Amino acid sequence: MATFKEFRNNIKPNWCPGCGDFSVQAAIQRAAANVGLEPEQLAVISGIGCSGRISGYINAYGLHGIHGRALPIAQGVKLANRELTVIASGGDGDGFAIGMGHTVHAIRRNLDVTYIVMDNQIYGLTKGQTSPRSAEGFKTKSTPEGSIESTLSPLEIALSAGATFVAQSFSSDLKQLTALIEEGIKHKGFSLINVFSPCVTFNKVNTYDWFKENIVNLEQFPEYDPSNRVAAMNKIMETHGMLTGLIYQDKVRKSYEDLAVGFKEQGLANQKLDLSREDFDKLLAEFK
Amino acid sequence: MISQLSWKIGGQQGEGVESTDRIFSTALNRLGYYLYGYRHFSSRIKGGHTNNKIRISTNPIRAISDDLDILVAFDQETIDLNAGELRPGGVVVADAKFSPVIPEGIQARLFAVPITAIAEELGTSLMKNMVASGASWALLGLPLEVFNKAVEEEFGRKGPAIVEKNVEAVKRGAEFVLEQAGGPLEEFKLEPADGTQKLFMIGNEAMGLGAIAAGCRLMSAYPITPASEIMEYLIKKLPKFGGTVVQTEDEIAAVTMAIGANYAGVRTMTASAGPGLSLMMEAIGLSGMTETPLVIVDTQRGGPSTGLPTKQEQSDINALIYGTHGEIPKVVVAPSTIEECFYDMVEGFNVAEEYQVPVIIATDLQLSLGKQSCEPLDIESVRINRGKLVTEELPQLEEHRMFKRYEFTEDGVSPRVLPGMKNGIHHVTGVEHDQEGRPSESSINRQKMMDKRMQKMDSIRVKDAVKVNAVDPSAEVLIVAMGSTGGTIEEARARLSKDGIAINHITVRQMHPFPSELIEPHLKAAKTVVVLENNATGQLANLIKQNVGYHDKIRNFLKYDGTPFLPSEVYKACKELN
Repeated sequence: MATFKEFRNNIKPNWCPGCGDFSVQAAIQRAAANVGLEPEQLAVISGIGCSGRISGYINAYGLHGIHGRALPIAQGVKLANRELTVIASGGDGDGFAIGMGHTVHAIRRNLDVTYIVMDNQIYGLTKGQTSPRSAEGFKTKSTPEGSIESTLSPLEIALSAGATFVAQSFSSDLKQLTALIEEGIKHKGFSLINVFSPCVTFNKVNTYDWFKENIVNLEQFPEYDPSNRVAAMNKIMETHGMLTGLIYQDKVRKSYEDLAVGFKEQGLANQKLDLSREDFDKLLAEFK
Repeated sequence: MISQLSWKIGGQQGEGVESTDRIFSTALNRLGYYLYGYRHFSSRIKGGHTNNKIRISTNPIRAISDDLDILVAFDQETIDLNAGELRPGGVVVADAKFSPVIPEGIQARLFAVPITAIAEELGTSLMKNMVASGASWALLGLPLEVFNKAVEEEFGRKGPAIVEKNVEAVKRGAEFVLEQAGGPLEEFKLEPADGTQKLFMIGNEAMGLGAIAAGCRLMSAYPITPASEIMEYLIKKLPKFGGTVVQTEDEIAAVTMAIGANYAGVRTMTASAGPGLSLMMEAIGLSGMTETPLVIVDTQRGGPSTGLPTKQEQSDINALIYGTHGEIPKVVVAPSTIEECFYDMVEGFNVAEEYQVPVIIATDLQLSLGKQSCEPLDIESVRINRGKLVTEELPQLEEHRMFKRYEFTEDGVSPRVLPGMKNGIHHVTGVEHDQEGRPSESSINRQKMMDKRMQKMDSIRVKDAVKVNAVDPSAEVLIVAMGSTGGTIEEARARLSKDGIAINHITVRQMHPFPSELIEPHLKAAKTVVVLENNATGQLANLIKQNVGYHDKIRNFLKYDGTPFLPSEVYKACKELN
């Protein structure tokens, strides 16, 4: 059985020293090993941005696509071969700005894909512009007077879009993050895991220390029931979205693959392509 | 007796024009006639004039007709808009309810049938289309039982009572008009057809069928006119083969989902029209850069922007060839007949996998939506070729090495493994990369990788990349065209031939990479080259000038008013050149 070491390759990430994404990379590698995957059974599909490079830093099948489109690509992979474990990942710009439409609809569609967002509240690779996750008043190169747009709450959006698995974590908490990714992989349906992953170069406000001071771990509330959607929404609002842990899970709703009538139970990619004469004649008969 | 006839039904959109046309043509198909349909419709659901025209013949036909023999009208607007098309001695069957009038100067016989009154008498005005079609069918003297069979199939699922009522409506319409006319009209008596049922479908259905035959099992698409029928067909059929269709949130999701699914090993397609293709351009670049197979159908319609969504045009060619930023290998094929719609899908999927490139199959609205007779389709000739897809076990990789998915090879095509395969792990990225797929900015690697990808273009030639419709050494004029116009040109050519004028005709089917060497001899031999196309700038003519030359011989023959060319227009233009 593969250990997390088998999910490592020798490519040196081009992230800045201290970047939160290193821990996300490690957490994915550990979670993959912990759930018993072999490297070839995992496909990591990523978007564009600093964090989008992550698919190249994990020893697994990986596709680094175009900006904002990790999710539709990942869903295509899953549809083609549901025997694969598919992780989509990218940054907050990728998932909540250019790719927001896909995020909402991937949530609605509920294909069995785990989506890990590395949320640093800023655009890093383009050297420091505002993100939909930036706080109001946040000063960046593109908002020199401070951001005048409201901050987007992906957790609230996910819940209202019908998410079946919503979690949030912090890249410093490798143990919690790894456990949540494992849960996300095991969840039968779409799982959103938003990860506070500080940008040490361009975001001098939302730092490791700032997160440590501001986040609330759901473990502090033993009575919290993640199957209660109303309670989940309340908790997100009460904490202004600064909470970590498993926020909501619907274990009842079936995934898209299981709901699609006639959809093959084994990976479609392993199918036979030929069409029999008999089947073809049946199709033709409708045009006579 | 006559060998061909044109019939048209018109009214307000939502009034049953479509269903009447469907029943009428199904019945004709049962009798073995060749049919070619044309839909005039607007981008709205209820209201607004719409009409469907069917050309009926005892011989194969692939073009709309210049004129009209029988017009069935639900309102005066239909008569006013279409009477000009009637040939002298043509017939109008109209609802007596609106006191129909034939416009001045039109020589046509009018049969005012109490269409609405009869339908209401039978219980509902909804059946007026059955009264009208029964009347026009009876005028042709065709067997009523064949028509009733088609009615039964249309309404069968609504129960025997509904079928019976509709059959009665047909009968009443027929009886009324036959009494008025004194029997079937002799001048419209069609020669009997050969009695063999033809396949009768639209190009979009032929493409959906072709996709299934090609092994396509997934489609991701966003609805758009005139492409939606492909997705609607596959929604019904793919689950029978274990697959599915995903209606995505937009065309960007549609194309990227298709890329993901092709990457993971399932033949997957998407289909759209101009606006959707514009949205897909960045992703088409990803497919080209990552050498991931991809098949896209573009059903061209009137552009730009929203343009003329329900009208004929062939103006996407430049966008399909040049639309993506940067430079990638890509194939653009334009089928020119309904049969080619089927076979080109098969070849499209094969080429996409053999060369690991995006393939765009570009139809036009008339080919996509015109319902027509189709020659028998042969599943035995379908061959599935997955190119350099590795299926045997792979040797263990050295430590920290990955599978050379982008290995430099003689033909530029590298071995491809699918996710899930042991020892096949490699990286895929739209960033410039090395042989294992790792990002690389090395100048040497960049140049070699560009050459490797672009080299694939050198050898791609689809079957009949240039189709020779007619080659006569004595002809001075050569017509070059693409897409659905071929049948119209052939019809004009036959008329010219009767006048003693020989015309040559070739169809460019592979738009990119451009098959210059196959076109050149024809241009060389011609005195005048007429490039006929449904766009305003002569996109095909410009491709020929750019790739082949002979600028001085080339004349544009353009039509971009939203309607297809008529045989008479082509005939006239060629006649003037001779």
